[in-house]
Amino acid sequence: MAAIEATGLVKTFKGRKSTVKALDGIDLDVPEGTVLGLLGPNGAGKTTAVRVLTTLLRPDAGTARVLGHDVVKEADTVRGLVGLSGQYAAVDELLTGRENLWMFGRLYRLPSDQAKRRAEELLATFDLTDAADRILKTYSGGMRRRLDLAGSLIAHPKVLFLDEPTTGLDPRSRLDLWQIIRDRVSEGVTILLTTQYLEEADELADSIAVVDHGSVIARGTADELKSKVGGERIEVVVHDAADLTRALELLTSALGIADPEATSLEEHSRRITVPAPGGSSALVEVIRTLDAAGIRIADIGLRRPTLDDVFLTLTGHEAEQKESI
Amino acid sequence: MSIEVPARVSPVARAVSDAGILAWRSLKRIPRTPDMLIYATIQPIMFVLLFAYVFGNAIPIPGFPGPRAYREFLMAGIFAQTMAFAVASASVGLADDMSKGLIDRFRSLPMARSGVIAGRVVGDLVFNAFVMLIMVLCGFIVGWRWHNGFGQALAAFAILLLFAFAMLWVGALIGLSVGGPEVAASAGLIWLFPLTFLSNAFVPTPQLPSALQPVAEWNPISSIVAACRHLFGNPSPFASPDGFPAQHPVWLSLIWCAAIIAIFAPLAVRKYRSATGH
Repeated sequence: MAAIEATGLVKTFKGRKSTVKALDGIDLDVPEGTVLGLLGPNGAGKTTAVRVLTTLLRPDAGTARVLGHDVVKEADTVRGLVGLSGQYAAVDELLTGRENLWMFGRLYRLPSDQAKRRAEELLATFDLTDAADRILKTYSGGMRRRLDLAGSLIAHPKVLFLDEPTTGLDPRSRLDLWQIIRDRVSEGVTILLTTQYLEEADELADSIAVVDHGSVIARGTADELKSKVGGERIEVVVHDAADLTRALELLTSALGIADPEATSLEEHSRRITVPAPGGSSALVEVIRTLDAAGIRIADIGLRRPTLDDVFLTLTGHEAEQKESI
Repeated sequence: MSIEVPARVSPVARAVSDAGILAWRSLKRIPRTPDMLIYATIQPIMFVLLFAYVFGNAIPIPGFPGPRAYREFLMAGIFAQTMAFAVASASVGLADDMSKGLIDRFRSLPMARSGVIAGRVVGDLVFNAFVMLIMVLCGFIVGWRWHNGFGQALAAFAILLLFAFAMLWVGALIGLSVGGPEVAASAGLIWLFPLTFLSNAFVPTPQLPSALQPVAEWNPISSIVAACRHLFGNPSPFASPDGFPAQHPVWLSLIWCAAIIAIFAPLAVRKYRSATGH
């Protein structure tokens, strides 16, 4: 059974100056116990999708069900079943960690003593016991985010929505949070995760839906998406910019590249990129060709496509930073 | 360990319980923001001193000669103004919660829809009761007294708190409607200045231009002030002493409070249902 299913979700925001179609017919289908990564730049509609699925926004059209319950008609039931943790670490800054978790526990209708016990458990799990009695103003960004996530796990949700869980975190905190998310996955929790970090989706998600301008433009596993961009590529940085054009011509003929569009040349970084159908044997060929022509190589490498390449190929633009909606 | 979340709770019990938890939260925050308490009391104290000693001597109270008459007259006005300014605490508090994403979090929980606002209102009410206590002490120091016994004075304080309760719902609606806490602070207060000054709070209405007199005497703030003056036994001059506001100040104050709550509480809860930060 699908833990999360959405069909044709549309949501339009009418502003004073313009109308923004934040969701333009999104379909989603997340099987139980899996992680879906919703990948896209700021303003692509990821957060709006999460808000609809967690009952915070009513869609203008389309339907969505979480664990079989309609998010509009059975909103209250859905709220009791899911956990939401957002990019803004929505916790009370003037309460202590323990008080925050106790409060959320009570609001999930746990009796006071159970809420207390659950708070202790979560503080321990998230390595926050030492900081439990400090008010949140004194927490670091990573600690707040952990507490926020702990708050969303109070009622043992079977479905968890994580809206850009690591945006703005330092690398160490990000790794910590990834581990926490993996632990939830191993407990069988279904997760919908939004991210603009392609690496994050690659790392955590079973399948990925790439979102741009409010609709899904591609879906599949990380490997499937990467294969859309084609195989491996070779990047060469030459020592002398004057050699660039000659080097590209030599490599194009040596590797038998028919389509000049498949290659690229960046003047400022003195970099040439060419497809490498033969993998490492092509690498040898490139080195031999350039060496024979007396062109000095500053750097060379075989590069596997990243999800950044996927994004670029699919949308024609990079996963750039836009104003958040 | 697995915890079963109890699902069957009556909606009313749930609303009360959620409001209680959120009120607990508001109260926990008060001692942790001492600057807010200081500013909330300094402003009315400043008003007492300015009006009592700067304007007071220039404003005679019709029918009540003597230098202390104005201060007797003034305090009910200050009390009502202080309670009216409760609007700002609710509007800033909720706008702040919204900008920090807390409203989104609360809305994603299986809570009563009224819980967040009701909790805020109750918490702020306790805060305002404390501020009023300080105002009463301040009044005693400048020479204000009640003359009809403690029971009637208590009734006056109850009306003042009821008024604060009503105004907090107005503040809640404003806080959930504006963009952020900074806007909420001015949006919550700006209209209150003309409202309190166009009343009987600081200047006896007989001294106002005749066109403004009926407006000032029917003003909800005036009705609260007149009810308090009546119950405290303080001077309470009226331009039209036979009119309804002069004859039935307590009833009019209760009617106004009920009307404000009846209009703004549902509007605030409705706004909350669709409120979302960012």
